[in-house]
Amino acid sequence: MPEPAMTAPLVLCIVLPLLGALFATALPGRAVAVGIVTALVTAAAAVALTLAVWEQGTLHLVLGGWEPALAIALRADGIATALVLMANLVALGISVYASGYFQDAIRIRSFWPLWLLLWAALNGLFLAGDLFNLYVMLELLGISAAALGALTGNREAIAANLRYLLVGLLGSITYLLGVAFLYTAHGSLDIGILAAAIAANEQLFAVDAAAMTLMISGLALKAALFPLHFWLPPAHANAPAPVSAALSALVVKAAFYLILRLWLDVFAPVTGMAAAMLLALLGSAAVLWGSWRALRAARLKLLAAYSTVAQIGYLFLFLPLLVATPEGPARDNLLAALLLMAVTHGFAKAGFFLAAGLVQTNAGHDRIDELGGTAQRLPATTFAIALAGSALIGLPPSGSFIGKWLLMQQAIATGQWWWVVVILAGTALAAAYVFRVLSRAFGLEPTPLRFITDPRAEVPALVLALVSVAVLGLASGPLWTLLGLSGADA
Amino acid sequence: MTAQLLYGGAGLMLFVLGIWSFLVHEPLLRKVIALNITGAGVFHVLIAVAYRGDAAPPDPVPHALVLTGIVVAVSATALALILGARLQDSDDDA
Repeated sequence: MPEPAMTAPLVLCIVLPLLGALFATALPGRAVAVGIVTALVTAAAAVALTLAVWEQGTLHLVLGGWEPALAIALRADGIATALVLMANLVALGISVYASGYFQDAIRIRSFWPLWLLLWAALNGLFLAGDLFNLYVMLELLGISAAALGALTGNREAIAANLRYLLVGLLGSITYLLGVAFLYTAHGSLDIGILAAAIAANEQLFAVDAAAMTLMISGLALKAALFPLHFWLPPAHANAPAPVSAALSALVVKAAFYLILRLWLDVFAPVTGMAAAMLLALLGSAAVLWGSWRALRAARLKLLAAYSTVAQIGYLFLFLPLLVATPEGPARDNLLAALLLMAVTHGFAKAGFFLAAGLVQTNAGHDRIDELGGTAQRLPATTFAIALAGSALIGLPPSGSFIGKWLLMQQAIATGQWWWVVVILAGTALAAAYVFRVLSRAFGLEPTPLRFITDPRAEVPALVLALVSVAVLGLASGPLWTLLGLSGADA
Repeated sequence: MTAQLLYGGAGLMLFVLGIWSFLVHEPLLRKVIALNITGAGVFHVLIAVAYRGDAAPPDPVPHALVLTGIVVAVSATALALILGARLQDSDDDA
């Protein structure tokens, strides 16, 4: 049992936002203050967790003194910690932005409790050690996300988020049936125990494969993997800006994290090249279709939403390469590259949506073709869109440049060269849709006097975009250390 | 054993029927009911799993899962219905 001081952040990451949600509900008049304080302490807990995992390696905690088979188990390994750190820093930026975004009292009172609840569910999902807690966190995440997305209150937003809620429920019920299969076969829900049981009982292959199919298809629906992405663009494009940022950067990522966790840990003996190829083919379709639709989108937020469909697609391209690559530095590099792409997209897409929201507020609309003047009146915001855009394309020195580089290197090394074609085509399309936005920003308007006009709204977007390009690209080395991987530093 | 298989099999059938109905029917209320039937199917399977013969007490873990699942299903249904009601209101206004 590790020191309590070491495992405390593990609990705090989930308990703090949950308490904050309660306080924000009980004290609606001070919801903003409660929200900001909670955001600060939760982000601090996530940093403490990262430091603890950095020093100690994987942390485990069994709550309430029960035996692991019954108790709620939490665990933080390198993959979970990297995503927790990303999610909490992005969430802090979103909170600062949101503190000035909502104007009327009803929206402020509704936003903060739901937002903190969503935050607790996210951290709970990344840190849960058993499949049923994952189900509960998944549902909590889906319900709070749909309620937040509908906060705009207009018809499109409500219709899109109602659809999002129903699709999400279908996904989690399918996942739960898979969990029931696994419990029938192996009598446990703990990820570690299940992984050992699945590896030991090869005669139960059929049940395990059925459970895997159910769970991964349920989650693919939530992760918006092509062709199950249809619900995402309207839901993300019509939500309030801080919510769009959270949905696109974090919530979709959480569903992907679960797929990865199941793929790598639980179902490692069951996964095969055929399943990996199928998922990667859908991923390729997502890259091409999502980027194409982003290029054709008339509105800035719709462009960002379709770009999320494409960026999730890239993450699935890693699966067949992970299957084909034997244990060793090359596989470690591939895993780190996957995390680097996911984390970079988290920062970049959050920054992009926050900046797009500001453009929308200032212009009164977000039709790309008519944004020229507005973009030029907001130089810091336009700069944030450009930075985030360069991370979405994968230009150096962004984190996704290194991620895509390692991905293509390994695709060639394992003889699966066709993914390189998909990546290059996706990158070219991404460059086209980002420059289509930026080209509107350099019209004939007079040069603005100030770089930053509204610090509370502009600085979070700028910082998040900057992290995705500069910090993750130039200083990605620590990620390898955090993941406890040996691979040569990129 | 036969009872357990019948119960679990019925659960699976409910699951499939629920998904079919969810995908085929357009009205919101039918979709919500279909989702609840899908959920009930999964709960049936879990309850069948918990049965350990007439002599032994049932396994409490699947029962706990079903209870939690019911709470989640009720809250999600409530949210879906309130969003649906809002949608209807905005249609009436227009």
